[in-house]
Amino acid sequence: MSTGTVTAPAPAASRRRRRHLTERTRAERRLAAWLIAPAAIVMIAVTAYPAIATVILSLQRADLRFPNANKFVGLSNYGHVLSAPVWWQDVFHTAIITVIAVSCQFVLGMLLALAMHRTLVARGLLRSVALIPYGIVAVVAAYSWNLAWSLGNGGWIPHLLGLSSDPLSHTFGSYVAIIITEVWKNTPFMALLLLAGLALVPDDLLEAAKVDGATAWQRFVRITLPLMKPAIFVALLFRTLDEFRIFDVIYIFNQGAEGTESISMLNYSTLLDRLNLGLGSAVSVLLFLFVGLIALLFLGVFGAAARPGSAK
Amino acid sequence: MSVDAAAAGRTSGTRSGGRGGFVSEHTKRTVGWSGALVVVLVGSLVPVLWIVFLSLKTSATATDGSFIPHQWTLKNYSQIFSSSVFTDALRNSIGIALIATTIAVVLACSAAYAIARLDFPGKQLILLICLAVALFPQISLVGPLYNLWRQIGLYDTWPGLIIPYMVFALPLSIYVLSAFFREIPWELEQAAQVDGATPFQAFIKVIAPLAMPGIVTTFIIVFLICWNDFVFAISLTSTTAAETVPAAIAQFPGVSQFSVPYTDIAAAAVVVTVPVMILVLVFQRRIVAGLTAGAVKG
Repeated sequence: MSTGTVTAPAPAASRRRRRHLTERTRAERRLAAWLIAPAAIVMIAVTAYPAIATVILSLQRADLRFPNANKFVGLSNYGHVLSAPVWWQDVFHTAIITVIAVSCQFVLGMLLALAMHRTLVARGLLRSVALIPYGIVAVVAAYSWNLAWSLGNGGWIPHLLGLSSDPLSHTFGSYVAIIITEVWKNTPFMALLLLAGLALVPDDLLEAAKVDGATAWQRFVRITLPLMKPAIFVALLFRTLDEFRIFDVIYIFNQGAEGTESISMLNYSTLLDRLNLGLGSAVSVLLFLFVGLIALLFLGVFGAAARPGSAK
Repeated sequence: MSVDAAAAGRTSGTRSGGRGGFVSEHTKRTVGWSGALVVVLVGSLVPVLWIVFLSLKTSATATDGSFIPHQWTLKNYSQIFSSSVFTDALRNSIGIALIATTIAVVLACSAAYAIARLDFPGKQLILLICLAVALFPQISLVGPLYNLWRQIGLYDTWPGLIIPYMVFALPLSIYVLSAFFREIPWELEQAAQVDGATPFQAFIKVIAPLAMPGIVTTFIIVFLICWNDFVFAISLTSTTAAETVPAAIAQFPGVSQFSVPYTDIAAAAVVVTVPVMILVLVFQRRIVAGLTAGAVKG
């Protein structure tokens, strides 16, 4: 904040004094370039090169089992992927998991954030314990829940519910178990992002509304939620894109059996089990386009929603 | 700090507000929040306790479906620590995560300093690149990296994992660190110099102590990300030369082909979870501050 007020008058003043400041500005920019360069170069090199390589590979027949049969095939890999029912099924699976998991994470994350923000009882303990799922290795979380649900491996959940058939041998049971794992693991992160937004809601405003007779629910819906819009946007965007890339949990549960194969799982098995780099790269590019599309959709929806809100 | 202050203010506010029957109102709130605490405790800890209990079951009782073991044993732990599959993986995990985290934090410090303190064109572009990298589907990179790493001999080596970990840790490190660096009162540096300190002394004695909490926080958050990774670990390694614990656990060899050693997996899972839980419990305040600061900025 203090730097903000210090630098605020600078642009206006510098426009007038640009000539005098050239030397200093130039030195500052040079230093900035040197400081930024290592991180920027590393990030661009390690993501841009493979990204371009993926696009190129996706236009070729490149199968590691038949290395001599490589050739340029244009868009035919995309044709293969997009005309395969398995691709659309996997898009559907991924979408179901993403929508349900992110919705649950949002509701539970909001409740957890409110608790972390307002609780009067053992705040430190509550926050520490709530963070545990966030810190736990995803593979460990997946195993814990997988073994808990598995009847054959003596899980406690079928035992507790008195189930006679293994829930993980059905599509429905597998989805429930996978989504619960995702929700358990990721709700704390959602809550942390929402907590950042909650901290920005001024208490005097809530107090004033209370004095005016607004109920707790009205205060939440009319004051807290609108003011939290940017935090909600960030939280939903990050979690949606991350959930859409779901891989670890499905890999540990059943590697995509029982109709739970996600796009990332398909991508992995095409690339590394079937060693078909051309087809696998086409899946990668399509996944990447999906992620970009979701990000744009979010920007569009929230951008449109935020603008009239801020104009009022 | 500000959050606590605000909460304190609110508490006093509600107390004076709810004048009639203050005691019952206060008790009601305490009971309500205690209930919430219990729910969070149970929800967070049950899956952890389950895997701990499973790791302490004998192989005969492993599949009996009870939550608490009927027969207790530490044999699973002695078993995994006597197998090089696990100890090598543990060594790989610790080494790779520490190196990747250190490099990422050093690079991010320099970039975040520029973003927080200097005025230069392209600042938005850098933040945009960070966002793009953070949102990049990592699995999309696995194919070409697998291909390239095999060609240049990085497949199944430490650098082969350190490089992608570092890159995917950079965006968050830069966001979190620049949020921290913005809060540092940099005028103190000039003040120290006016008082006769050299620029180096001013940096070491004044700025470094102020920057340290942010750097430590970033280090912990990034370490958790590297320690957690599964996608790269399973795709870019194949032997104990570089396999990390998450990848090793997922491919634990059973006693026979048909029995997956779940009690061993549970023991290994507990071993990789304990340091993380200690980190989270000890640095809870900082992790919350770091992630929320990065989020507000983002």
